[in-house]
Amino acid sequence: MNDAQGKGAGGDALARFVGVDKSYDGQTLAVRGLTLDVAKGEFLTLLGPSGSGKTTTLNMLAGFERPTRGTILLAGRPVDRLPPYQRNIGMVFQNYALFPHMTVADNVAFPLSVRGVAKGEIAQRVKRALATVQLEAFAGRRPTQLSGGQQQRIALARALVFEPSLVLMDEPLGALDKKLREQMQIEIKLLHERLGLTVVYVTHDQSEALTMSDRVAIFHDGEVEQLGQPDELYDRPRTPFVAGFIGENNLMVGTVASLAGGLARVMLAGGIEVMATPAGALAPGAQTVIAVRPEAIHIAASAGGENTMPAIVRSRIYLGDHQRLLTEISNRLVIRVKVPAATHAAQDAPILLSWPAADCLAFPSAGLADVTLNEEWTRS
Amino acid sequence: MTETAAARDPTLAAAVRRATRGQRLAAAGLVAPLVLLLVCSLCLPIASLLGRAFYDPTMADGLPRTAAALAVDTGATVPGDAAFAALGADLAADLKDDTVFRVAQYLNTILPGSRSHVLRAARGARADAPYTRESLLAADPFWGEPDTWFIIRSGVKPFTSTYLLAAIDLQWLPTGGIGPVPPGQGIYRLIFLRTFLIAAAVTAITLVLGFPLAWLLATLPGTVASRLIMLVLLPFWTSILVRTAAWTVLLQKFGLLNDLLLWLGVTSGRMEFMYNRTGLLIAMTHIQLPFTLLPIYSVMRTIDPSQMRAAYSLGARPVSAFLRVYLPQVMPGVMGGCLLTFILCLGYFITPALVGGTADQLISNFISDYINVDLNWPMAASLSFILLGATLTLSLLFARLVGGGRVRIF
Ligand SMILES: Nc1ncnc2c1ncn2[C@@H]1O[C@H](COP(=O)(O)OP(=O)(O)OP(=O)(O)O)[C@@H](O)[C@H]1O
Ligand SMILES: [Mg+2]
Repeated sequence: MNDAQGKGAGGDALARFVGVDKSYDGQTLAVRGLTLDVAKGEFLTLLGPSGSGKTTTLNMLAGFERPTRGTILLAGRPVDRLPPYQRNIGMVFQNYALFPHMTVADNVAFPLSVRGVAKGEIAQRVKRALATVQLEAFAGRRPTQLSGGQQQRIALARALVFEPSLVLMDEPLGALDKKLREQMQIEIKLLHERLGLTVVYVTHDQSEALTMSDRVAIFHDGEVEQLGQPDELYDRPRTPFVAGFIGENNLMVGTVASLAGGLARVMLAGGIEVMATPAGALAPGAQTVIAVRPEAIHIAASAGGENTMPAIVRSRIYLGDHQRLLTEISNRLVIRVKVPAATHAAQDAPILLSWPAADCLAFPSAGLADVTLNEEWTRS
Repeated sequence: MTETAAARDPTLAAAVRRATRGQRLAAAGLVAPLVLLLVCSLCLPIASLLGRAFYDPTMADGLPRTAAALAVDTGATVPGDAAFAALGADLAADLKDDTVFRVAQYLNTILPGSRSHVLRAARGARADAPYTRESLLAADPFWGEPDTWFIIRSGVKPFTSTYLLAAIDLQWLPTGGIGPVPPGQGIYRLIFLRTFLIAAAVTAITLVLGFPLAWLLATLPGTVASRLIMLVLLPFWTSILVRTAAWTVLLQKFGLLNDLLLWLGVTSGRMEFMYNRTGLLIAMTHIQLPFTLLPIYSVMRTIDPSQMRAAYSLGARPVSAFLRVYLPQVMPGVMGGCLLTFILCLGYFITPALVGGTADQLISNFISDYINVDLNWPMAASLSFILLGATLTLSLLFARLVGGGRVRIF
């Protein structure tokens, strides 16, 4: 993959999916044509909407499910027949899956004792692991006597204590409230860096994916729609789905009028003409989806600039450091705009919107499934 | 921290109590009918039945004068003239009240054949010529036997331990003290032992059969599982008599199972599956399987599949994952199911009567016979008392061993 740059590049793939398909019912594919490398030491996040095949991918890697077609390699070795208990992969489950009948210390000791590690060493390593997650004081408690965040950290300690080559996490923070989630994101990230872990992380929270990951694989309908570093996904999405899924985007359908000088002239409904940067193979006359982020749009002082058009402010949300405007352009579509908090914009006031062609992408509109286009303004 | 601080603050605790008083009253109101029903329909009848094990006023009511005379005549077992005179007066009075049969019946159950002696003595009593020791002995030497008077002496005390002792093959010796009943008469210890062993065997068999089945049901998707549970519950839809009769059809000497085995060539002759231990175990296992299975199933259902996956991912092989992660969590259900089946098995009497042999009758068969056939309620009560005591002791011991909270019925 040409965008598998940074830590993902090179031949030191720890885990590798080669043409993997997975079907549960023999009719539909939960995972389709998956080819993916997990590099040693990287933090790879699988991001996608519900049902897009993230858990299935993780379960195949952990050995709980077998690929219907294709191969999975761990450290260069095919593992189709390797049972999960021989894969040496640590896993943190969404519901933590702590053993309720054991104390916290016994939970953390479990992977060591099944490996026949000596008692004295187990005690030491458990202590160290609990210290890593700052829960030494809770060794004697039962998991049910811990808060959600504490349980989460115990699950983490248990998955790390046997020094697995790879750690898988399936929405490990899904059950936590926002504040705790952000705190745990930082802790997991710090652990990743400090212990040099290789992590495959599953989430459907895009901001979590962007803040934590070295690379993100966007899953859509069982396929990886785009794989790359967070900024790359944000700045250069390759499909309307990725553009809409990562961050916020104004998405509008139009027709390619002409192509010249690396730019496309796109006609939107209502005869609005927009200059955009092609993000794929476009041909004149073809349908296209253009994407422009709210923060790329500014309020222009005078008409005549690039992509400058009149609009009416319909609604304004003050957010402290900035404000969001819902504006209506002449074809009645609503455009979301992010402007500085000091900008003066009165309700129903006419303004001029403008954005550079470089920040406006035009996609071939092959797949519009799960893409939320901008809607028309409806008066209440 | 906050919880302990709160617990130490008495005003807070009082405030909580005040605030929840309405709820508690409502809860008490909802539970009251159930408690009342339990007390009236279960606790009181059982207490009054079990009371008969050691409280029997038959003799004290029937022979009040004799009781008074015997109280002062404590020399030899066979008393002097005063007691004989009192006996005559008591029996004559009982004959007039039509209650002499109770006294006769009482003596007869302990000393078979004594009924006619009592009736004869009652009819022969004259108010103008009271019995003396000599006159009654001349008429019927039965009244000179130490055994006779030993029973009367202990019988006129309304509180008695005779039946309870008999229920564990013990008796009061005429020479004083407690000793074993004569050889050949003591059967109850054996019956109790047999009852507990058969109950344990049925419990073990249902566990071996039920555990894997419960596991299978718990791993199936909900809709399939609930349909299969219906099949497991099917036996509940027929009466225990019909089910037992069905086993007779299958298991008897010329029944379907023997036909099948012969046809398959597995056996060369017809086997006995009925009226012996085999038949009893088969039939009881069939009836009890759901009782063992359902508590196990309901606990298994609550165990998240990710538990086993977590164990595997942490490096546990299937056997060790099962033993260290799955089994301990299913244990409350296993304990609950086994306890339920074990206790229910102790009460079986229809099935042993229908498909068991003479050597397979359980303690409840004897209790049932004492109540329905022999009308010897004190003996029935005593056996029930011992059974209840043993069951409670075992259950408490069991709960103590595994911890009360580790037993789940549903
Ligand atoms: N055990 C299973 N049997 C049958 N179908 C399954 C099974 N597990 C998942 N699927 C199907 O496979 C598809 C992908 O599911 P998967 O659990 O991988 O999604 P996901 O991306 O993890 O979603 P979520 O974010 O909701 O967890 C879904 O359509 C789902 O219905
Ligand atoms: Mg999932």
